[in-house]
Formats: sequence, C-alpha cells, structure tokens
Amino acid sequence: MKDLVKSLALIPILALPPSSASADPLPSGTTFQSTAIRAQQADEGANPGMLWVEAGAKLWGRTEGSAGKSCAACHGPAEQSMKGVAFRYPAVEPTTGHLLNLETRINLCRTKNQKAAPLAYESGELLGLAAFAARQSLGLPIGVRIDGAAAPFYEQGKAFFYRRRGQLNLSCAQCHVDNAGRKLRADTISHGLGNGYPTYRLEWQTVGSLHRRFRACLFGVRAVQYDFGAPDYLDLELYLASRAEGIAIETPAIRP
Amino acid sequence: MDISPARISVPTEAKKGDIIAIKTLFRHPMETGYRVDRYGKPIPRRIVKRFSVTYAGDVVFAMDFTQGVAANPFIAFHAVAVETGEIVFVWEDDQGKIVTERRTLTVAR
Amino acid sequence: MLSRRDVIIAACALGSLTVRPGRAHATPEFLEKAIQDITKGAPVKDGKVRLTIPALAENGQSVYTTVAVESPMTKADHVRAIHILSEKNPIAHLLSWHLGPRAGIAKVSTNIRLAASQQVTALAEMSDGTFWRDRRDIVVTVAACIDGG
Repeated sequence: MKDLVKSLALIPILALPPSSASADPLPSGTTFQSTAIRAQQADEGANPGMLWVEAGAKLWGRTEGSAGKSCAACHGPAEQSMKGVAFRYPAVEPTTGHLLNLETRINLCRTKNQKAAPLAYESGELLGLAAFAARQSLGLPIGVRIDGAAAPFYEQGKAFFYRRRGQLNLSCAQCHVDNAGRKLRADTISHGLGNGYPTYRLEWQTVGSLHRRFRACLFGVRAVQYDFGAPDYLDLELYLASRAEGIAIETPAIRP
Repeated sequence: MDISPARISVPTEAKKGDIIAIKTLFRHPMETGYRVDRYGKPIPRRIVKRFSVTYAGDVVFAMDFTQGVAANPFIAFHAVAVETGEIVFVWEDDQGKIVTERRTLTVAR
Repeated sequence: MLSRRDVIIAACALGSLTVRPGRAHATPEFLEKAIQDITKGAPVKDGKVRLTIPALAENGQSVYTTVAVESPMTKADHVRAIHILSEKNPIAHLLSWHLGPRAGIAKVSTNIRLAASQQVTALAEMSDGTFWRDRRDIVVTVAACIDGG
C-alpha cells in the first residue's frame, strides 16, 4: 500500500504553474493539442470527422418524412443558409420557449416540417447533420444570446457549471476554470468551451456530441449522467457557449 | 451509418509525369476483437483487410491491414500522373464488405 | 480550489478504469520472428528509411505515422513494400504498404494503434531484394478523462 501511495505521488499531474485567469477570449482547446493532432484537424483530407460532415451533406439533400421535403427544399444550399447559424446556438425557440441546440433544432425541423421521426441523439445521421451545419460556420466567432428569454437557461447552466457533484465532489469549474491550462496526465485541461463539437475523439474512435462529452466528464467524477439532449445539458451548453464568446467554430475538432 | 463511407482528396487535373498526392479516409470501426461490451461479451473482430488503388491498368498502391491500424483509417500516398483515366479505390473488410470509389484524373501532356 | 489530494484521488479513480485483463503481447522475440517472416532471413540494414512518429502520443488509439524511403522509384530501382512493426502490440506486424515505380515517391502516412510505450520499426523492401529500416521510440499515454458514454 505504501508503495502504491508512493507511486501515485509520482504521477505528473498539475505539474505546470497556474495559467493567468480570465484572459478574453479564452484559448480554444485546440491550442493545447499536439502538433500531430492540430495538423490532422486542420487538414480536411486527414480529419476523420470530415467523414461525418460529408454524410451530413448527403443527408441535407435527402427527402425525408411524409411532408416529402429535404433540408435543402426549405433551406437551399447549406453553404449559404447555414453559414452563421451554429454560432448562435443554443438558442430559445420562440414558439415553444424551449432552449434548443443544433441537434435538438434539427430534430424539431424533422418532426414539425418534414413530418419525419426524430433521429436518435448520438446516431451517425444526427451527428453528421449537426457537424455539417456547424461546419458552415467554420472560423466564425461564437456569440449566443444570454439575455431575455435565454436568461433563465443561462443562469441554470452557470449554476450547473459551478455546482460540485459526484463521488469525487468536483464541479466543472474546478477543472475547467481553476486548473485550465494545467496538466491532467498527458492532457492539458481545456477551458471547456465546446467550439469544436461535434468532435472526433480518439478515445471514442468516432465523432461524438458535446452531450457525450458531458456524460464522459460526469462519469469521470462519478456523478449522475443525464440523457442526451437533457435540459440540464442544454443549459450547460448555453453557458459554455457564453464562455466561448468570440472563439471560432472548429467543427469537427480532434481531441485525444 | 452507411452514408458516404469514403472521403478522397485527389486532384482532378495534372500534367503528365506529375507526382500527385492522394489522401483517403474510410469510415470503419476497425474493431480489434479484444474488447468486451458492457455485459462482458467479447465484441467480434471486424477490420478492413485490404485497400487497393488501380489507375491506368496497374495497382499503384495497396495496403494490408491488421487491427493495429486506427479506426476510420486515413491513408496518404502518391501516384504518377501517366494518362487521363479513372483512379479506382477499393476497401474490403473481413466480412466481405466491399466499397468502391472512382475519381477521374485528367492529364495534360 | 482543487487540492492536491482531490487530484490524486481523481487520478487514481480514473487510472483504475484503464486496467484491462492481461493478454499476450508481442515480445521483441515475436518482433524478430515477424521481421524474419518478411525478410526470409535476408540482412536488414539501418538507413534509407525515415519513420516519423510523435515522441509522445496522447492516445494510443491513433498515432500519426509517416514513412519515407530514399529511392528513385524507377522500374529498375524502387521500393516494393513498407512494413510497420511493433514490439508490444498483440500483433507485431501492424501493416504493409505495397508500392512500385508508379507511386513516384515512397512516402506514406496513416494512423496506427499502439498498446504501450515502445519502439516502432519501419522496414522497407527494395526491388533489389535488400531490406532497410528505421526505429523510433514513442511514449504512449491515455487520455485523462476516459469515456463512460
């Protein structure tokens, strides 16, 4: 046991000095990645996430549901209609007052306008459409509304971010604010901004949503995991987007 | 998801004798056969076995895989532009699934 | 603020998840045998081959790997194949690339899986039947936060 404690003490974690807090805008998580990962992310021919973007492009033109419409039938070419959309999400849908992210917005479009069944949250199809839509805002700065109807969602998301939870009794902020820029194993802890989602994660060996990442984080601190698309996650997604104000969308990013 | 499983970056035009860079991505789990599911049941191996590229009558590049190749395999390689024609890309996995993609290269003399 | 103790607890908890049941690994002897299977006993010389891998991989699931071989890539003198071999993966011979004069240059990239920190070998087979290699050490870590879905 003594040896175990000794060897644990040798784990090189949090070895770097604390980063200067509240620099604005915050650095994208991409800046903490290795040269190899950054190069692959930047190269459309090498970034495996582009496979999902291409699938999304195909789905964009595919007629779905009893209304006999494709996404393109209403929105036209995504290169024009979706440019500058992703960086406004999550946003409040005025008719229902619900907070929607890209994925839940796409599913609302399917059920309401296409008269089609919603896509499963973590399905390749929904990830593909979300990645394709977000890709049209590549390089554009995130800027979500947190006032008016969005204010209560923002406040709930912020409260989620700072609340300790799980058996490890850690809040999001304890890693992603207090220790952002420092080491946890070989990773550098990011500011938790979500500007590259849906993201290709090497650990997953596939593209995944920001909510999958939330689930992984909550698993890590031994806390209750919510369902994909849960209101708590949508609120948190809005709060992260507000922290990411001014940071470029990088979908699909690559992370270890 | 079976929609557009392959992505190919290849020039559409080249001069005769040019060396062109080709990059391919292929959506495939490259399941190692070493993993178990959440109930402890082994997940059977499923990998791409071979990738080959034919152009102007010859196989110009081929690759043999094992589970030691990452999921959604990326490959970057080169070919000499010799004549206008189709470049044919074929991925074959160990369950016999075959995906074929074709791109036309126009070669100016 | 996160105390050092909190972090050690967290790291310990996260670390315990990465433990997998033991299984057979390629040993350097297996690696030697895999090389023998390719070369059929022909000598292997250092040189001509350049293997490029990161010194440290954040995740062994995908390690960006490039091999370039010095060769005129003519009919008379070209690279026939390039093999990548591991000393600590369950399988030693990870992949083979088959080339010829129509490739123009012998430079290929892919992402490989590495089960542990180790030395990776790139072995090139020339049209004259000679074999050349390069070897690189790599430290393989795991991502800090592994996925619980």
